[in-house]
Amino acid sequence: MKVQNNKAWWLVLPVFLLVAFSAIVPMMTVVNYSVQDIFDHSTRYFVGVDWYKQVLQDTRLHDSLLRQFIFSGCVLLIEIPLGIAIALCMPTKGRMASLVLIVMAIPLLIPWNVVGTIWQIFGRADIGLMGWTLNELGIAYNYASDTGDAWVTVLIMDVWHWTSLVALLCYSGLRAIPDVYYQAARIDRASAWAVFRHIQLPKLKSVLLIAVMLRFMDSFMIYTEPFVLTGGGPGNATTFLSQTLTQMAIGQFDLGPAAAFSLVYFLIILLVSWLFYTAMTHNDKTR
Amino acid sequence: MDWMAWTLPTALFFGAIATILAGMTVWELRSPCIERKGFLPISTTRGDRLFIGLLGSAYLHLLVVGTTDWSVWIASVLSLFWLFAVMRWG
Amino acid sequence: MTLRKKVVLGLYVLFLLVPIYWLLNMSFKSNTEILGGLSMWPRSFTLANYKVIFTDPSWYEGYLNSLYYVTLNTLISLTVALPAAYAFSRYRFLGDKHLFFWLLTNRMAPPAVFLLPFFQLYSSIGLFDTHIAVALAHCLFNVPLAVWILEGFMSGVPKEIDETAYIDGYSFPKFFVKIFIPLIGSGIGVTAFFCFMFSWVELLLARTLTSVNAKPIAAVMTRTVSASGIDWGVLAAAGVLTILPGMLVIWFVRNHVAKGFALGRV
Repeated sequence: MKVQNNKAWWLVLPVFLLVAFSAIVPMMTVVNYSVQDIFDHSTRYFVGVDWYKQVLQDTRLHDSLLRQFIFSGCVLLIEIPLGIAIALCMPTKGRMASLVLIVMAIPLLIPWNVVGTIWQIFGRADIGLMGWTLNELGIAYNYASDTGDAWVTVLIMDVWHWTSLVALLCYSGLRAIPDVYYQAARIDRASAWAVFRHIQLPKLKSVLLIAVMLRFMDSFMIYTEPFVLTGGGPGNATTFLSQTLTQMAIGQFDLGPAAAFSLVYFLIILLVSWLFYTAMTHNDKTR
Repeated sequence: MDWMAWTLPTALFFGAIATILAGMTVWELRSPCIERKGFLPISTTRGDRLFIGLLGSAYLHLLVVGTTDWSVWIASVLSLFWLFAVMRWG
Repeated sequence: MTLRKKVVLGLYVLFLLVPIYWLLNMSFKSNTEILGGLSMWPRSFTLANYKVIFTDPSWYEGYLNSLYYVTLNTLISLTVALPAAYAFSRYRFLGDKHLFFWLLTNRMAPPAVFLLPFFQLYSSIGLFDTHIAVALAHCLFNVPLAVWILEGFMSGVPKEIDETAYIDGYSFPKFFVKIFIPLIGSGIGVTAFFCFMFSWVELLLARTLTSVNAKPIAAVMTRTVSASGIDWGVLAAAGVLTILPGMLVIWFVRNHVAKGFALGRV
């Protein structure tokens, strides 16, 4: 059991101050922006909740919000099962295990704009292996002009980029299962599926919730990779929420609406993450 | 501080939040609360209920502003009721 | 390991490596060869693209800048996160759960939103275009993550160790540095890896908070690309070079990472 000791605050204080400095001041500023019409440094007017009304009824934002949910949903549906499957296939010991770990970590360590660049090149029909091969096989593929192709490319890129994270997390969860469980299963002659369903999956629950939470938050905020790959096109087909927001804030310099919208954005992520977090800690308690 | 573009309403808003947090801290020090189960599906502490209440209020405001032509004050009054209900029976 | 597992894993690794191979392949080609037609390996092997990067200060300084602030960020994150994670793993204190969740929420704020306030905040305290500014800004998402990971590892260390040490007359700082930190070496390795990773790959904040002196390599890449058409060869070479530091880091911490992952909590 943990001991009740409020002096522990002294140990947490540096973290609190450091994060508060970078988090609270900008957050307050965004709230301030969201209720004003700002022309320049000294000319600004209080407009109340007008910006909120405007962004909540803006169809362009509804569209990109919908796209964002579809995208995050697809990402979770593909990456979580695939990550589990890969984790189950990973070797458990020896030199191969380290090697596989290292190879799998590579995509995670590439700067996000380089990830975009890699796939931008790889998917092109003239100089990229994937685009060229697909076209040689008779499949008309062009991520820059076809909506479906653009979506598939962005999704494949995200799977390439992030499935390893899910797999590594699940791998660590699997390693935590004591051998006794497997021995018991062997004695019972349980099938591989039964072992997975009744031993591995329950033990993976808490790690999976971390993975789902991280993947949801990050895919919901995705910006750099699709920006480099497709620039949001063709049309607005792959313009996700972050990009719409950045266009508003920096492209059109509509600070007020952008700020109001970003708070709505933050609230959505906050609610979903809180639900995940509550489920996760609740799960810990009952265990 | 000029670049932060403060306005009176937002200053009051953050002041209120800070006061509530300070008040909750003092209250917790005076009489530590025990987790309990109310009408919410999970058992909660006082702080949890405050968070749920505030988050719910934020969404209530968005709902009113986004889908109706009512004054935002109606949302605020409704939120106060919601906040009270969650703190009392949540 | 059964054959089916090997096949699945093999296919996945292939899927991971082929795009990277393609980048590597392109980086050794001249632009005429790249645009002239597809070839599986460089016909006329050239190092000219790399030469461009290593002889032009605006390129290689980008790498040094990035490495500098990433290292700084990893050090800061670990230093402040270690005691905090200890507090979270050993004690209950006023508002601990809410504080923990609040820390996590900082990973959720869409960075695109906070660019302008960040820019103004760091300008107003005179840190704009310094390495420390980027390092501090990246703490926003790295410190919570570091606390989260370290807390998991520390919870795995039995409490009796702390108590025995206190009975033996160790003061808290001495116990923490001499006994506790060596015990969670793997955890620190994994945490450092994650801090390095998230700071190294982030571009938006790093680009916004810098202009000349601390400009990260990723920003150098985007600007050079848009200048005069696209120099595919140099772009590919620069991309390859951004992958290398990450691989070096993971090579150095590979045993810790393997062990850390094997401990079961990340």
